[in-house]
Amino acid sequence: MTWFPEPVSLRSPRAIAVMLFLLCLGLVPVVAAALEQSFYVTLAARILILGLAACGLNLVLGYGGLVSFGHSLYVGLGAYVVGILSFHGIGSGWVHLGATIALCGLVAFLTGLVCLRTSGMAFIMITLAFAQMFFFLGVSLKQYGGDDGLQIATRSDFGAWLSIETNSALYYLTFALLLLTLYLSWRFVHARFGRVLRGAKSNLQRMRVLGFPVARYQVVAYAVSGALCGIAGMLLANLTRFVSPAYMSWTLSGELIVMVMLGGMATIVGPLLGAVVFVLLETVLAAYTQHWMLVLGPIIVLIARFAKRGLYGLLK
Amino acid sequence: MTLLSTRGLTKRFGGLLASDALDFEARPGEVHAVIGPNGAGKTTLVNQLIGELAPDAGVIEFEGRDITRLPSWRRALLGLSRSYQITSIFPEFTALENVALAAQAHRGHSFGAWRPARQEEALTRPALQSLEEVGLAERQGALAAQLAHGERRQLEIAMALVSRPKLLLLDEPMAGMGRHESERLVKLLDRLKGRYTMVLVEHDMDAVFTLADRISVLVYGRCIASGAPQEIRASVEVRRAYLGERYAAH
Amino acid sequence: MTWELAFLQALNGLQYGLLLFLLAAGLTLVLGIMNFVNLAHASLYMLGAYLGASAFAGSGSFLIAGAAAVFGTLAIGLAVERTTLLAFYARDHLDQVLATFGLLLFFNELVRVIWGPQSMYMRPPDGFTGTVSLFGALYPSYRFLVIVAGLAVALGMYLLIHYTRIGMLIRAGASNARMVSVLGVNIRLLNTLLFGMGAALAGLAGLMAAPILAVQPGMGDNVLIVVLVVIVIGGIGSIRGAFFGALIVGVVDTVGRTYLPLALRQVAERTIADAAGPALASMLIFLFMAVVLAFRPQGLFPARR
Repeated sequence: MTWFPEPVSLRSPRAIAVMLFLLCLGLVPVVAAALEQSFYVTLAARILILGLAACGLNLVLGYGGLVSFGHSLYVGLGAYVVGILSFHGIGSGWVHLGATIALCGLVAFLTGLVCLRTSGMAFIMITLAFAQMFFFLGVSLKQYGGDDGLQIATRSDFGAWLSIETNSALYYLTFALLLLTLYLSWRFVHARFGRVLRGAKSNLQRMRVLGFPVARYQVVAYAVSGALCGIAGMLLANLTRFVSPAYMSWTLSGELIVMVMLGGMATIVGPLLGAVVFVLLETVLAAYTQHWMLVLGPIIVLIARFAKRGLYGLLK
Repeated sequence: MTLLSTRGLTKRFGGLLASDALDFEARPGEVHAVIGPNGAGKTTLVNQLIGELAPDAGVIEFEGRDITRLPSWRRALLGLSRSYQITSIFPEFTALENVALAAQAHRGHSFGAWRPARQEEALTRPALQSLEEVGLAERQGALAAQLAHGERRQLEIAMALVSRPKLLLLDEPMAGMGRHESERLVKLLDRLKGRYTMVLVEHDMDAVFTLADRISVLVYGRCIASGAPQEIRASVEVRRAYLGERYAAH
Repeated sequence: MTWELAFLQALNGLQYGLLLFLLAAGLTLVLGIMNFVNLAHASLYMLGAYLGASAFAGSGSFLIAGAAAVFGTLAIGLAVERTTLLAFYARDHLDQVLATFGLLLFFNELVRVIWGPQSMYMRPPDGFTGTVSLFGALYPSYRFLVIVAGLAVALGMYLLIHYTRIGMLIRAGASNARMVSVLGVNIRLLNTLLFGMGAALAGLAGLMAAPILAVQPGMGDNVLIVVLVVIVIGGIGSIRGAFFGALIVGVVDTVGRTYLPLALRQVAERTIADAAGPALASMLIFLFMAVVLAFRPQGLFPARR
């Protein structure tokens, strides 16, 4: 069995750039410890988590052409799974992970069934509406903090061998999951399932006439995408030891879309690259002024206007 | 013996009657050409047969089974295949990938998320065969977006053929082709005669009279004549429809 | 549960619905005819509220506040359209969504810079601070004004759409936008007109809402999503759909929030009902939208093709 789903020359500049990029990300905790700036680990962990969510979104947005403006819903759900289970004394990380995948996958499947009855701008609006619905649900659940959110006492317990109590450990768990996601996405995109999704984005009508029940594949892809975002949410809740309805805000959905577009839609590494650049940009701007959104807002408009193939596309 | 038939097929677009209680049938193994002046409803017929357009009234039957309400993808799996008048391919995929995708629909489910599709013999072998049949084999690695117009039309046919359909609906396959390309395509379709049942919508009369076993003439959504090529060629009705009253009788 | 309370809640639902209609009417035309997803509509609403509230605080005149809200928002809307949005008309929906999202975030911050992060409050205009008597029940007169204004705008739109040339173009555009431009109508002018109308209505909605809700940064965000639900339920591009969709959503939401928790208490244990009641009530209109989509994806009153 070949390990690469497509012919890749490990000596090409692009491959080297990607490997260096991933290597740098892997070395962040080491560098941070050396510089005694533990803040970097927290920041980088947040970048990786959002990158993971962006990769999940990219499956349906970049490759599938489905503009979902409600993916923050699954990030929030994953976070709430950790929050609520911890609240009731269930601290096992494995249970958290399983419950996240199951719940987010299921919710994504069901909302996908409804949303995929429409297309175009109606689809965008409906995904947004469903995310908002869960936002209100979160706000009204007073016993879990409502609008103020819920503190999480301890991080998910994955057993003595896989403790994520330290930020570095959590970082490496996130990094490992991210690498796994990148690899599996890469395989997915070049396999039959990926071709159906990409074909549907390219020419939906032809796909149907060729004999593909396209909606079935889109719904399943949507569910997988939701589960991935859920895992990101689970990690986010662990990082901040906190969860609130803000994790489901549509602002976050929009930011995820910006990351995917900025980094490169329909590329494997693009969303991660987009997450890195976007969060760093946000951080740097926030350091200069508290009104950084006055700058970031127009930058987003410019990205929408000019980012044809994204940053990763510049590498090709 | 009928492979595909319609009874009373009716389709309206606002005030325009595109199909007027149309009765049509295709017999196994034949090449049944559908001709008629522009706006006669030929493409509308094909769209309804393949399931892209829902008729307002009437019944469509395939192999004795009512498929009027069946979605396109199910009809494709029953053995109906179609090529488009305005090329409808996947520009970002290579020629081989285009045809392999067409083959994929008929070879099991597509939930596979691990094995690279390019390594699947079950997909690439029939795809290559199909490309060879239409004469596009050397261009298999070219992106569909970079193919010339005539090559794209060939790709269209290859995609329609790879699933070994029971009935091939060809919507003006010669559209926009130069003389040499048209001749080549006619030769290809001639080779396929007998192996595939074809419904051929065309304006190119040379192609029609070379290939057709039967010809139906559509005018304003109705079939005004149907029969062997010589009958149609001699028919006054048909001449009237094409040439107008003044020139019909001569 | 008295009849008087039910009547007053129904009126509140009507008032909320008409406010939603003001926003939905402008937006549905932009979505349906111009095929342009404009999230920044929320910003126009918010700016209308801020401009109106400021003008009222400065002048004490509701009419001046109205002019400031409507014309100010119209001017800003057209300026934004000419400078920024024009480039996105030909782009796909994803680009439009992102661009207008960026504008939305920008304007939320802009009002924070200009007016500060705290909420601003506007009192109802003089003469409308009391109550009116409707069928024996006492209803806040300002809210009644909103209802009257909303119905007046609805009537005005009906007359515009069905009895003027512009209205005919709008109906034609809603039915087949491409054909309208092919027929030689100055499509740029029509687009600007539509966008401007939407902006003015949004500004008016903002002004009308200011005495009822708190004027704060981001006040348009949640409302926008409800407006999108209205448009989906009513049918994209349909003013009729916007009207009935808005009324349905307004009444269902208002009445639902009041009575669903009460109804739940009858059938379930009190603690569960008290927890689930408000939660379900806030989800109600979205669930309603899901049901409509399941059976009629094109909406309840789609613009006829």
